[in-house]
Amino acid sequence: MIPETGHFALILALFVAIVQAVVPLVGAHRGDRAWMDVARPAALAQFLLIGLAFGALTWCYVTSDFSVLNVAQNSHTDKPMLYKVSGVWANHEGSMLLWVLILAIYGVAVSAFGGNLPPALRARALSVQAMISIGFILFILLTSNPFARLDPAPLNGNGLNPLLQDPGLAFHPPFLYLGYVGFSMAFSFAIAALIEGRVDAAWARWVRPWTLAAWVFLTLGIAMGSWWAYYTLGWGGYWYWDPVENASFMPWLVGTALLHSSIVVEKRDTLKAWTILLAIIAFSMSLLGTFLVRSGVLTSVHSFATDPARGVFVLGLLFVCTGGSLVLFAIRAPSLKSGGLFAPISREGSLLLNNVLMSTAAGTVLLGTLYPLIADALNLGKVSVGPPFFNAVFLPLMVPVVVTMAVGPLLSWKRSDLGSALARLKLAFVAAVVVAIGGWLIAGGSAKPLLAAGGFGLAAWLFVGSLLEWGERVRLFRAPLGETLRRAVHLPRSAYGMTLAHAGLAVVIAGLTGSATWTTEKIQVMRPGDTMNVAGYELTLQGTEEVKGPNYTALRATFHTTKNGVFVADLKPEKRQYTMPPRPTTDAAIHTNMIGDLYAVIGEPDGKGGFVTRLYYNTLVPWIFLGAVIMVFGGLVSLTDRRHRVGAPLRKPQTLAAPAAAKA
Amino acid sequence: MRRVLYLLPVVVFLVLGGFFWRGLQMDPQLIPSPMIDKPAPAFALPPLKTDKPGLASADLQGKVTLVSFFASWCIPCRAEHPLLMDLAASGKVIVVGVNYKDKPEDGLAWLGKLGDPYTAIGADRDGRVGIDFGVYGVPESYLIDKQGRIRFKQTGPFTPEIISGKLLPLVAELSK
Repeated sequence: MIPETGHFALILALFVAIVQAVVPLVGAHRGDRAWMDVARPAALAQFLLIGLAFGALTWCYVTSDFSVLNVAQNSHTDKPMLYKVSGVWANHEGSMLLWVLILAIYGVAVSAFGGNLPPALRARALSVQAMISIGFILFILLTSNPFARLDPAPLNGNGLNPLLQDPGLAFHPPFLYLGYVGFSMAFSFAIAALIEGRVDAAWARWVRPWTLAAWVFLTLGIAMGSWWAYYTLGWGGYWYWDPVENASFMPWLVGTALLHSSIVVEKRDTLKAWTILLAIIAFSMSLLGTFLVRSGVLTSVHSFATDPARGVFVLGLLFVCTGGSLVLFAIRAPSLKSGGLFAPISREGSLLLNNVLMSTAAGTVLLGTLYPLIADALNLGKVSVGPPFFNAVFLPLMVPVVVTMAVGPLLSWKRSDLGSALARLKLAFVAAVVVAIGGWLIAGGSAKPLLAAGGFGLAAWLFVGSLLEWGERVRLFRAPLGETLRRAVHLPRSAYGMTLAHAGLAVVIAGLTGSATWTTEKIQVMRPGDTMNVAGYELTLQGTEEVKGPNYTALRATFHTTKNGVFVADLKPEKRQYTMPPRPTTDAAIHTNMIGDLYAVIGEPDGKGGFVTRLYYNTLVPWIFLGAVIMVFGGLVSLTDRRHRVGAPLRKPQTLAAPAAAKA
Repeated sequence: MRRVLYLLPVVVFLVLGGFFWRGLQMDPQLIPSPMIDKPAPAFALPPLKTDKPGLASADLQGKVTLVSFFASWCIPCRAEHPLLMDLAASGKVIVVGVNYKDKPEDGLAWLGKLGDPYTAIGADRDGRVGIDFGVYGVPESYLIDKQGRIRFKQTGPFTPEIISGKLLPLVAELSK
């Protein structure tokens, strides 16, 4: 009964979405306030109905109702409760349901917090949201019904892929989706603005917090996924340039660009068409990610539900959504009136430069990801694109991005003087040189560590440059302390957000460079009692024991770890064998001192009383995740900025740029 | 002119969309190999492990052998690996490995962790032998008959269905 209720609620949600897509749009066109206002209760109703459907599926999982096909395929009674719940979205059908649920949450948020939005803009944006919703609910109902029944019901389910039974991964998809779907807000507002033919500061002020929220979630989601890969794949690696990782990284790159270009629209009333285009592309990249993961056009372990029919459907959605909006863009964007002009050396100029570089970077990742597909379609064959390509193409593009990131915030709007900005960055330059030379010497002073020197230099440049910009704003050491404090208190939170996010990226860069330069790895057969020396730590294998978990048995090893004879920690890596489905997983033991991670993995027994062990010291890897957390925190701080709460100022009575008047 | 510029995104998207459409018609798992039914290319690879032989085309004569190209940097290989372990343990077919474009220490570590199903492993550091075989992307496996001819090619990871449905029947037939 409960699954049928969920199914029925989802069908009702489809009809509500159709009403929400049509009525407000017509109302906005006619200027009929009552029709426009249908959007708000409709968004609420849609949210409640999809919430009911999602709740129904969750109920089936929690109570292990194996008469539901989806539950039987992906759950098991022995599974801990956390993974019964996360099992809801750890499969194709359920994850699509989560997708539309999050879309509905954003919709209801617009209707709840959008009280001060111009009614026509709100109506149109909610209508576009509903159109996306229609597409995805249809997708679920027609190709991937999570409520399908199974008769007779099996006694127990197939269980969840053990790799996914992990607290980090349990919450990775919801955050990723909050990010992906969050870009639908910018997209809907962009389409609404194109229909209206008007983009202004008020529009940008509205779009920015949504984009920022999506960016925060996406950053967190990617970082969680990477952290998961780091400690469960047992290789000490955190990023593999896998198609599915790239699928989440491309929207992040474009979204970051969008975040910055919307500032220019808000402050300077220019770069409008570009910002709209970025909003369309950011969401299209999210859709593309869905397509790549769901259709199986590329091989990846992540594509766990590949079905050509689904692929065709998502491709259709992509065509309608992206193709349609790009056509609308081609028709309407040329008539968007651009505001302030600016010189190449200016805050706008630096933001635009970084925008172009970020987009190019996203483009190269896209090319690298799709190249096997394209080459295959053109019968060029025999190409696999691996990390070497991405490292060779992507990293050089990031160098100028990071260099300008420190300079840009010091430039003034409109027209600026590069010389004086650089003069204010003297200290950052000195820091970069010192750190670069220091890093190079510590790394051995030969030719290969030159890259390390470059990485550390860039990190120092960005870190010190970001702090200098803050110092400049509060007139640190130039004004009396009281004045500095007063300024520090009154500095907008968005300024703190920027400083934190930029400094966080510097920490990430330092972490990436450090791990690429100094990771120590020892692989050997150890018997109980043997001691290995890794990066100054002595690890003694004390013994192994059998441990029984709820749905696995594990071989757990204990490494007694000391440094110069002083006890540090007991590392207890596990090698687990899950019962259902029967699969082995590794659980690395990690001890961190925030400079590096001591990382231990226990492998196969050699049959003679010894075990293959892999011991790593991963220098600066914790900084990668620490930096990501700082970036997320920066985003959150910026999100609490006053101007997002008070909403947009009243819009200027700007004239509609009629298409006829814009034949220029 | 300005208008044309604004049309550019649509054009780029349509080109990409065309490729996606083509991509859906193709099955990335089943890339036809021009090598099917041809003799395996001649090669001789140094051993990866000190206690196991390397691999040369001469080793593929006279018995049905599955040649599996793998690499430690390849994530789908990890997914496939337990299946190869089972397959090797079943003794139905001889499984040999080629460690493709990999650092020897990485390849060794990988096998140390996941287990080693191979009776012989060749180290193909620069991927030359892979090119001769027409390796599209790892994991990729080739079934070689007693005459040393390639009879079946698996692109991408094996699944239990492919092993029981395609590979093993073919092995049984070729072993007669």
